[in-house]
Amino acid sequence: MEREKVIEVKELTKKYGDFYATNAITFDVYKGEIFGFLGANGAGKTTAMRMLCGLSKPSSGQATVAGFDVFHNPDDIKRNIGYMSQKFSLYEDLTVKENIRFYSGIYGLSSKQIIEKTTSLLSKLHLEEEKNTLVKSLPLGWKQKLAFSIAIVHNPAIVFLDEPTGGVDPITRREFWEMIYEASARGTTIFVTTHYMDEAEYCNRVSIMVDGCIEALDTPINLKKQFNAKTMDDVFLMLARKAKRQAD
Amino acid sequence: MIAVQAQNITKKFLQNKSEVIALNDISFDVNPGELFGVIGPDGAGKTTLFRILTSLILADSGLAKVDGFDVVTQYKDIRKRVGYMPGRFSLYQDLTVEENLNFFATIFNTSIAENYELIKDIYEQIAPFKDRRAGQLSGGMKQKLALSCALIHRPSVLFLDEPTTGVDAVSRKEFWDMLKRLKTQGITILVSTPYMDEASLCDRIALMQKGKLLGIDTPDEILNQFDNKLWAIKATDMYSLLLALRNDPTINHAYPFGEYHHVIANDENGLKLLANKFNAELKIVQPDIEDCFIALMQDETLSA
Repeated sequence: MEREKVIEVKELTKKYGDFYATNAITFDVYKGEIFGFLGANGAGKTTAMRMLCGLSKPSSGQATVAGFDVFHNPDDIKRNIGYMSQKFSLYEDLTVKENIRFYSGIYGLSSKQIIEKTTSLLSKLHLEEEKNTLVKSLPLGWKQKLAFSIAIVHNPAIVFLDEPTGGVDPITRREFWEMIYEASARGTTIFVTTHYMDEAEYCNRVSIMVDGCIEALDTPINLKKQFNAKTMDDVFLMLARKAKRQAD
Repeated sequence: MIAVQAQNITKKFLQNKSEVIALNDISFDVNPGELFGVIGPDGAGKTTLFRILTSLILADSGLAKVDGFDVVTQYKDIRKRVGYMPGRFSLYQDLTVEENLNFFATIFNTSIAENYELIKDIYEQIAPFKDRRAGQLSGGMKQKLALSCALIHRPSVLFLDEPTTGVDAVSRKEFWDMLKRLKTQGITILVSTPYMDEASLCDRIALMQKGKLLGIDTPDEILNQFDNKLWAIKATDMYSLLLALRNDPTINHAYPFGEYHHVIANDENGLKLLANKFNAELKIVQPDIEDCFIALMQDETLSA
């Protein structure tokens, strides 16, 4: 049986003037897969992610995300995905509970579902005693775990994670990845960018972008074989050093 | 003479009416010419420590000297002698590259020409853009300009607060190469980072977590102090394997580590049985700094 594709991308391109931010990228992502989306700063990751999230219209090519077309149904995409970035995810001056209620409401959960979700999330994250605490006074690691849980509060087919683990301690970073494994085991597709190369090893497959193009895409084991490298760090350096254009 | 000396530094902040101990009785010395890494996650106290050592804020208690000068009573001498690159880009966005550099040279009573040799290696990479406003530079170029500005008065001690945070692996390597070359010029460098893999690039490191020093030594010596046998295990289904390890009473601790899970076992036979069940690859490995950091964090939690 063929695996179900939840992201299908063909020749997807975004041009600004004569600058190709992403240049004819092609790849598929499968249901429940943890897909690592790597690249140096300025390689075009953010542009590609914005197109896949329905936030930016491609110049050419095709892509469907969760069954919806990026050109014609960007709003349906937004309803069916989750998104979390390290820079912005939660409202700092709302409490833990208020953030859960706010995002659940935005994603159209019923009042009854919101009450259930709030109880189950607080208990799962051991945040019952902090439910009325402002998010800004939570430790970073707790914030990130809460942000991830909220990003999948509406059971999206896919969740996009943009450098979710920057700056957290090594234990919390691993707890975060265990939440990713768990979501993936439940069938949620994970699309994740990271600067930590050991995290690339946790992905089922990894793509590496260089100067707007996908230069490599395979499982970590095969990539290391292909480039005759010991670690994903070596693979990344080999490819990213070929980049000609300036970062950012 | 000791380049940087910190003795029993403590600093508390009020956050939402409760007291947070940003630095808890921190003591260490840095030798002249040393490349000294302060390694820890967000909230460890790295920035607070650097701000106290550069005389920008005062500690609640303790003593600190930089280049022999007291950070409280002789702050003016210190400011002439140190270079400081804060974590957030803090040059003048609407001045050009060259204007920024000129500005910092002038307030330190020197000129670009006088110390050009020191920054040449770094500045040459951004010189083609010298008429561009700093705000219009890419992240990597901003970083190089900030480093040039922090060096233009030839400081004896350089403080770099998380210079590589959010920077990709290639640019991180380049930045550390620049630091290595700077070191040969005899400048003492203190650099903070949340990336554990940068530890091996330092002469000595201080591992920090929640305002406390977990350990301070050469990277090799920190690794030697890891006193458990460390196993690496790999199977087809890594998540099921991890859950099984967690539920096995013969396993002391298991956590994902790159393509393997790292395991500390109470009973080796139990681990081998489990490995057989999963048809897993099992081997003994040397710990790296991140293993040591995790172990030290756990000791800290147990003793708390």
